[in-house]
Amino acid sequence: MSEILVERSEEARTTSAVVLLGNEAVALGALHAGISAAYGYPGTPSTEILEFLQARAAADGRPVARWCANEKTAYEAALGVVMVGKRALVSMKHVGLNVAADPFVNSALLGIHAGLVVVSCDDPGMHSSQNEQDSRHLADFARILCLEPADQQEAFDMARAAFDLSERFALPVMVRLVTRLAHSRAGVLPGEPPAPERTLRKPEDPGRTWTLLPSIARAQWRRVLRTQRDLRAWAEESPWNTLRLDPGNRDFGIVTAGIGRNYYLDNLNDPAAGPSHLHIGTFPIPAGKVRDLARHVRSVLVIEDGYPIVERMLRGVLTSGLEVWGKETGHLPGDGELTPDLVRKALNKAPRESFNLPGLSLPPRPPQLCQGCPHRDSYAALHRALEGFPETLVAADIGCYTLGALPPFQAIESCVCMGASIGMAKGASDAGFRPAVAVLGDSTFLHSGVTPLMDAVAADADMTVLILDNGTVGMTGTQETVLPSGRIREIVLGVGVPAEHCRIVDANPHAVDAMAKVLREEIDHRGISVVIARRECLESLRRHRAEKGGRP
Amino acid sequence: MRYDIILAGVGGQGVLSVASLVAAGALRGGYHVKQSEVHGMAQRGGSVLAHLRMGSRPVHSDIVPVGGADLVLGMEPIEALRHLPYLSAGGAIVTAVEPVRNMASYPDLEGILGKLRSLPKAFLVDAGDLARRAGSPKTVNVVMVGAASHLLPIFPGRLEETIREAFAAKGEETVEMNLRAFRLGREAVEPARAQGPRA
Ligand code: SF4
Repeated sequence: MSEILVERSEEARTTSAVVLLGNEAVALGALHAGISAAYGYPGTPSTEILEFLQARAAADGRPVARWCANEKTAYEAALGVVMVGKRALVSMKHVGLNVAADPFVNSALLGIHAGLVVVSCDDPGMHSSQNEQDSRHLADFARILCLEPADQQEAFDMARAAFDLSERFALPVMVRLVTRLAHSRAGVLPGEPPAPERTLRKPEDPGRTWTLLPSIARAQWRRVLRTQRDLRAWAEESPWNTLRLDPGNRDFGIVTAGIGRNYYLDNLNDPAAGPSHLHIGTFPIPAGKVRDLARHVRSVLVIEDGYPIVERMLRGVLTSGLEVWGKETGHLPGDGELTPDLVRKALNKAPRESFNLPGLSLPPRPPQLCQGCPHRDSYAALHRALEGFPETLVAADIGCYTLGALPPFQAIESCVCMGASIGMAKGASDAGFRPAVAVLGDSTFLHSGVTPLMDAVAADADMTVLILDNGTVGMTGTQETVLPSGRIREIVLGVGVPAEHCRIVDANPHAVDAMAKVLREEIDHRGISVVIARRECLESLRRHRAEKGGRP
Repeated sequence: MRYDIILAGVGGQGVLSVASLVAAGALRGGYHVKQSEVHGMAQRGGSVLAHLRMGSRPVHSDIVPVGGADLVLGMEPIEALRHLPYLSAGGAIVTAVEPVRNMASYPDLEGILGKLRSLPKAFLVDAGDLARRAGSPKTVNVVMVGAASHLLPIFPGRLEETIREAFAAKGEETVEMNLRAFRLGREAVEPARAQGPRA
């Protein structure tokens, strides 16, 4: 067959499909569901969801699509939208959901009457994260429905349907993505035209449904528990859970969840053949279909990206006739990102032939701060300021500047969660350690640094906070910070840091000595001090210049 | 028909823009396409990898399996070599030769290029030089698309249309410069040695 023939036969399909990242497909699905607002905090691999909606808002004037101070405030803003009857989306990376956990878990107990969908993007393999926690556990913890798309089309379809489901069950609904789907593009057919936005409509009796006083929360909790039956019944019928039984093979079956299906099908010569296969796209899982499969075969291999959640549900603790293989039995690795090669091995198929140059060993190329990045100068100054102390503690945070842990800087000693640097430096100081320094960026400070700074001020802790103010959220692609960096000093003073111990320095190569001197003075001060090192991130500068119409 | 590509380079080199140009060309050709990228921390000057898969039937996995790539397209010699295990037994490797030396000790470049040349279907391209000849070092990505074009199951005319569209907003001059870059890249690879697959 000629190439031309192939091309023409496919022409019709491609004209109506749009090519989208998994993240963008979710965003478009939400748009088609008629959302009025979307909120989030930038975090890989979730950032493009809100960016897509912001681009739409810039063109069409809607929806409201805003970065917030952090994931908790984003979630709360979404709750407000929903409370007055409009649909809202809130998006974040997996660890962001920890920050939003308080409103997230409690929101299950509210009487959601306008769709509320939370997208949590997990990062198996920790491409750009400090852990690989699985959000499906958190959905279960909150007792809500979770949808897990396997591809971009499902990401669109599920995001769109999630709003209807949220209203039907009066619960928030989670859409769980993994990095690989979030950041992979494919064609998506949007199908039906977009739904219109909702009109304002407050809940009928907010005192009974939105005010979680113990007496009300107890009643609401019972409602959530009653709803579990409905969720399970719905999951049984959902087209996103499919079971195909192979009459010829009573021995072995496959269970896939989410993107695991792609890697499984990729390893089959004929995707329509193969052993019995149950695919799971919803949590709760379709228990009836699981039982049908269990009656049909003696063993199953469970293929899922993230924690072995389906695997553990199937195995349970009591003996059953069914043998369940997966991550906990060593058939697949317990950590890291799932790949078609790992699945191939678990399926006992011979590895594909590949190229190998014997004895080839190449040095790794880890990520690093841009040449000319202001953090480089700040770290040079910090090194100099700390000279002469027998021992020092530099607790840091999450952003481009975390790369300062690597050579040649080796300037920071911790990275735990957003804002942890300040609280940890305070704790070290409380314990009698000096000098204790906290290093964090402007956006991290606005996200989660202000509250621990209050603790430090309240105790007049003997410590120094170095705020690396580059005017942007650098690591995730230079998004705007929630407040302009000019406001940081006001915030620091407002919290109660004495004005003479809140200093601003220039973070540039010619000012390293001056920066080091100021830092040293403040480190020597026995009490709380803050040094703000200012210079715009180069990437952000480039973007701003391009936007002003200059040459990119 | 199925064609799998691994695109390798250093964060900031524009691996994603090469991937999206080729993907757009493949879509014009009517193929099903999946293109998986790296965002976030790795983009800061580290090794980056993009997977691009196209086929006349739907593509399942977003990731190219080890030993599955028909083409490794490198923007940097070490990065091309690093991802060799992805290459299928009959696969080709097309790479720019200029090193990006943002690492503690960069291995001997001649040794690296020698290893690349020892591979049966390797095409080394002086992409930086060709880009400057086309009119701007920034066109280096398009030079590489041109160099790979003999191997891709996409008509060169379609790739040119794609380039036209991608740069249209930046004016006719930029479009022409990038088309020049594409053709210079294409001419740099001997067509006889680089027989593309036929659908
Ligand atoms: S993106 Fe900005 S903050 Fe991040 S390393 Fe580059 S210059 Fe520094």
